[in-house]
Amino acid sequence: MNWTTALPELVLACCGMGILIFGVLNKRDTFLASSMLTVGAFLLAGLLVLMAPMGVGFNGQFTNDAFSLFVKLLILAAAALSVVVSLDYNEHTNLKRFEFPVLILYATTGMLLMASSTNMMTMYVGVELMSLSIYVLAAFARDELRSSEAGLKYFVLGALASGLMLYGVSLAYGFSGSMDFLKLAAALSDPAKASPGLIVGLVFIVAGLAFKISAVPFHMWTPDVYEGAPTPVTAFMATAPKVAAMALLLRVMATPFGHLLAQWQQLIVLVSVASMLLGAFAAIAQKNIKRLMAYSSIGHIGYALIGLAAGTPNGVRGVLFYLFTYVFMNIGTFACIIAMRRKGRAVEGIADLAGLSRTDPMMAFWLAVFMFSMAGIPPFGGFLGKYFVFTAAVQQGMWTLAVIGVLTSVVGAFYYIRIIKVMYFDTPAEAFDVRPGSLSFVAAASGLFTTLFFFFPAPVVAAAEAAAKVLFH
Amino acid sequence: MLAVGLGHYLALSAMLLVLGVFGIFLNRKNVIVILMSVELILLAVNLNLVAFSAALGDLAGQVLAMFVLTVAAAEAAIGLAIVVIYFRNRGSIEVEDVNMMKG
Repeated sequence: MNWTTALPELVLACCGMGILIFGVLNKRDTFLASSMLTVGAFLLAGLLVLMAPMGVGFNGQFTNDAFSLFVKLLILAAAALSVVVSLDYNEHTNLKRFEFPVLILYATTGMLLMASSTNMMTMYVGVELMSLSIYVLAAFARDELRSSEAGLKYFVLGALASGLMLYGVSLAYGFSGSMDFLKLAAALSDPAKASPGLIVGLVFIVAGLAFKISAVPFHMWTPDVYEGAPTPVTAFMATAPKVAAMALLLRVMATPFGHLLAQWQQLIVLVSVASMLLGAFAAIAQKNIKRLMAYSSIGHIGYALIGLAAGTPNGVRGVLFYLFTYVFMNIGTFACIIAMRRKGRAVEGIADLAGLSRTDPMMAFWLAVFMFSMAGIPPFGGFLGKYFVFTAAVQQGMWTLAVIGVLTSVVGAFYYIRIIKVMYFDTPAEAFDVRPGSLSFVAAASGLFTTLFFFFPAPVVAAAEAAAKVLFH
Repeated sequence: MLAVGLGHYLALSAMLLVLGVFGIFLNRKNVIVILMSVELILLAVNLNLVAFSAALGDLAGQVLAMFVLTVAAAEAAIGLAIVVIYFRNRGSIEVEDVNMMKG
């Protein structure tokens, strides 16, 4: 029993408790202070993640390896940036409550737990800690009908998805006799002898996780929840939980169910193709930029799943790399979306961006960078992510999958580039309010990251490669 | 007298799961019924876990059942809270009225 492996999670949970007490005991408004404390807690947790000993703790319930290290740092970065992005928005929309950063903190603790889980029990507790916090966050603007409707929809569908996942866990446990990932893998070492109950359990677990990453047959909640939730919550939901759930899906598919590759590969290919197609075509007609980002995230998950469908270390490396670029371009885009405000009121229409290049050239420039990156155009990070997953698919001879990926990204490029056209060539609309420093900082930092990444990708590629190797030993 | 075996528990639990899922999808009236259906699904899982745990002679299933009970309580609390704020804003909890955003 080596409890120091879980030090970052334990420290984060204690910080959350501390910040709650600090917020309750203070009579003054503590939103800003608790947000800063939360960002500090994330930095501290990041340091501890780097220092925590590698290995297995809690009798196999919890594992620290190169994979969890990569994923945890990415999750913490995404969560910290989401908190920074929320500062100004919450100030202006009367959401200045100290519970907000604390809920993000607890959701992040759940995600770190997911990244390290090597047992169905840890997996379930992590997923639920994340989901329950995000249900509340989605409904956080409690005086607004849209937000409460988003919360209600997310809650009902999310609870159903975790129920189904849990049913899958119970079947997998019953028919293999263990909840431990490694013992499950040993029980499944001969795929021909795998019992049908176990396969049914596998399908249920995949369905539950596919809901969390909003892959296609389980994507219905995404556009509504993205549109209705307060924008910083949308920014958070589009980044960190996606990374955590995708990481968990990778680990579950590779470790306990690795020998059943032939059984789940077809499933993942179908889900991936359907997500790419829906993400490309459904986004074309959207007028609300948050809804557009929802369909765009469905498409991106489809591309990332190509790497999983390949079922090789190279494919997993591609997925991790894709998630890395995805997080930074998404959080940057949302920083720009949050900055869209006229006379104190947030606007969300794509048409509101008209002529932004003349009213606010810097913001137009960064948004154009993010859109080019999402479309996968070469000098930006998004291109590299797509390149790695497509080559992984081609190496496995999955030409059809790679070709569908390339074709749908061409269709996707249409709506990304349309936004750039609106910003640079349409008649200017009324200017937005002055951008707050926090949003400019996040947009510029992630924009620089997305641009310069192409020239120095080596450290991230090496880290992703080391992480991917762990899953296939 | 028929002995009650693992198969009976699994069948009952599968029935409860199906009832819960249909309760969510076929229900056109009230959101509270959906919350009850979610609880039904979690209870189906618990029955499964405890039955397997007894059959396998392994305690892990019962431990997870405890976790599920705890999470179910938290989930019910959050679900009811969200229903309450939704009712305050909309003045109704009919499932057909949850339609402000298309989709």
